[in-house]
Amino acid sequence: MHEMGITQGILDASFEAAEAAGAKRIIDIRISVGELTEVVDFALQFAFEALTPGTLAEGATLTVNHVSARSHCNACGEDYEHDRFQMVCPRCDGFDVSLLQGRELQIDSIETEDDVEDDVPSPETAQE
Amino acid sequence: MATIDVSKPILDLNEKLAAANRERFDEKGVFVLDLMASPGAGKTSTILATIAALRDRYGIAVIEGDIASKVDAEKVKAHGIPAVQINTGGACHLESDMIGRAVAALDLDALDLIIIENVGNLVCPTEFYLGEHAKVMILSVPEGHDKPYKYPAIFQISEAVILNKVDTLSVFDFDVEEFEGVVRSLNPQSPIFHIAATKGDGVGAWAEWLAERIETVRIAAGKSPK
Repeated sequence: MHEMGITQGILDASFEAAEAAGAKRIIDIRISVGELTEVVDFALQFAFEALTPGTLAEGATLTVNHVSARSHCNACGEDYEHDRFQMVCPRCDGFDVSLLQGRELQIDSIETEDDVEDDVPSPETAQE
Repeated sequence: MATIDVSKPILDLNEKLAAANRERFDEKGVFVLDLMASPGAGKTSTILATIAALRDRYGIAVIEGDIASKVDAEKVKAHGIPAVQINTGGACHLESDMIGRAVAALDLDALDLIIIENVGNLVCPTEFYLGEHAKVMILSVPEGHDKPYKYPAIFQISEAVILNKVDTLSVFDFDVEEFEGVVRSLNPQSPIFHIAATKGDGVGAWAEWLAERIETVRIAAGKSPK
């Protein structure tokens, strides 16, 4: 259940980005997860629901973009998509291959909202 | 509503601390191995066999990661090798800040090799870069040859795969050919070493592979070859 730590990483980066932009609420967090990682969607969503209440991301959604695995064959030059279990080049059966994508664990972007109904005026606004 | 571009690794903090660890290791010419396996696969026995094979040639230390207890660190220390125990207190894997703290207790100038024994687990340690030069995994014969089907990622990220307890092949239904075929398709480049750690069988070839990697890091740091 390392998804709890991964989700905390997602939230830390999201809060930092939201606060730097002066956003008051996060409504969606978009991440990319490679198919070759050991990260389970269900566990991520579960951790997300457990960790977000009382934060900027309360009620937000977590949108996961799954990145398929792709490799390059250094012997014949073929680029090919593959599943978790077959990395050998399908064209020449070569073993000298380099992974191009599929191990991503990246936070892409966040969707934020600046105006919320129960907005409390910031100190500067109150002085004006 | 606004979209803010973040474009950052999720484990950004872990990766930054790992890169800092790696910089220290490279500067001191210390090769760091992250050894992963399930509980009972023979991580500690493999470490002790590796120490026996390389201790005359290299300065070696061990970082032991366990949820609790210091049993493993004591086993290593009993052989006169410096060992630091990390207790994760329930966490299923090691992270780079824990390694940074453990390394502070070691004299890097006296070392050429640090072996990190990760927490016994075939899933979680795969996603965490610690600053090591190589991740290597051990599977033991009693666990069964089907494990690469069930835990592909750990076989994929390992630069070498050790098959331990080969002295028990005659009593288990372990298909070596099938196992090697699957590992090959998951990870075409990594060598597979057959060993019986407690008896020392096959440890020589594994230790030679490791020594070659150690030399590369030593020479890059300006140490003279051994």
